[in-house]
Amino acid sequence: MKNVNDPKQLLVSAIESGTVIDHIPASTLFKVIKILRLDRIQNQITFGTNLESKTDGKKAIIKIAGKFFEDDDINRIALVAPNAKLNIIRDYKVIEKRVVEVPDTINAIAKCMNPKCITNFEKVTTRFRVVSKKPVALKCLYCEKITDQERLEII
Amino acid sequence: MKPRSLVSIDDLTTGEITKILSLAAEFEENPVQDILRGKVVATLFFEPSTRTRLSFESAVNKLGGKVIGFTDSASSSVTKGETLNDTIRTVNNYVDLIVMRHPIEGSARYASEISTVPVINAGDGANQHPTQTLLDLYSILKTQGTLDNLNICLVGDLKYGRTVHSLLMAMSRWKTSFNFVAPEELMMPDEYKLYLRNLGLDYYETPDLNEVINMADIIYMTRVQRERFSDPMEYEKVKNAYVLHDHMLSDTKPGMKILHPLPRVNEISTDVDANAKAYYFEQALNGVYTRQAIICTLLGLK
Ligand SMILES: [Zn+2]
Repeated sequence: MKNVNDPKQLLVSAIESGTVIDHIPASTLFKVIKILRLDRIQNQITFGTNLESKTDGKKAIIKIAGKFFEDDDINRIALVAPNAKLNIIRDYKVIEKRVVEVPDTINAIAKCMNPKCITNFEKVTTRFRVVSKKPVALKCLYCEKITDQERLEII
Repeated sequence: MKPRSLVSIDDLTTGEITKILSLAAEFEENPVQDILRGKVVATLFFEPSTRTRLSFESAVNKLGGKVIGFTDSASSSVTKGETLNDTIRTVNNYVDLIVMRHPIEGSARYASEISTVPVINAGDGANQHPTQTLLDLYSILKTQGTLDNLNICLVGDLKYGRTVHSLLMAMSRWKTSFNFVAPEELMMPDEYKLYLRNLGLDYYETPDLNEVINMADIIYMTRVQRERFSDPMEYEKVKNAYVLHDHMLSDTKPGMKILHPLPRVNEISTDVDANAKAYYFEQALNGVYTRQAIICTLLGLK
């Protein structure tokens, strides 16, 4: 098990208990913050970005004190951070590691790429069925068009 | 309880499709009935489509129902900026069922989620038009006596044609073989071919109608439009290759029928009209029976 005292992890200060989300692509850090609504909670949050990673180029990391996520909530970030890894921390120790998985349906976070879709005209909550997980492809339940990874936009 | 709507042909099971088609046959036997007495149906046409609207209105009138509505958004509150949400929430207080045509894709699904009465999608942009597909199926069943083991020849604009895509998806529920006849630029998109391959259904593609015309049980013609071509010269080269003439029909199967969603422009020569294999005007009439069957099914009246 990876130790939190690993010098690489110390780039961002350690937390006593909470969740560390690692291996976020630096380019999608702010999308992850938005999807998890981290801008709206009172917990202590620290993050680092443009960190060197052996596997994913520039990566970002988020540490949220006192926060533990449900699977359904955290899986929403798989759209923009498919390789994200979660470390659940208690007493400065990693007690659990989790990976994220693209869910079967995606509601309210992605934008339909079809400019002629009703969701881009009226206040309609977007709803998609995931037709492919890697690369991500979403089928709009309204216009029935596919939004792929390349054209994926987070609302 | 959420009312049952018809937004996409995929909303129906094969059993439900079969049931609607046999109900349509009953209405063809006996088209004037009093089933919808006291019922009001709204036809909300946010873009004009005279043919489709008249077909629905005829279907309702023959069953003793009344129709209210508008024929294009210029004459409705939409021009004053009302949202679709507000229009549906208002209109569903006045009627028992809503028939809606709208240029925005997905508008029908959205309306069906809001409405307290059933919604029938009469076309949402380039997306779905399920009553057209059902009337096509009815026409095929009626002329061939079955939906199994038929050869369907789709001709013309197979790339953008919503009608042919829906028909392909619907007929793929039965053991169908397809011939796709289209110019290079307007060939059937890969996703549909992949879909058929995964189901183990046969298809064959050719730019030459004469090559496959004699195999067909059904020839489904669509229009090749100039504006679909990136190069106008390309259109000039192929435009006459996708016109059906009477002399081309001499060696076709005796029971073969020619369908077309109408309106046609010049893709079926008028010399075909007198041929017993021409079926497009009867097909339009079948639309009335099919829509009677759909309306009564959604209202739970049959
Ligand atoms: Zn859409």
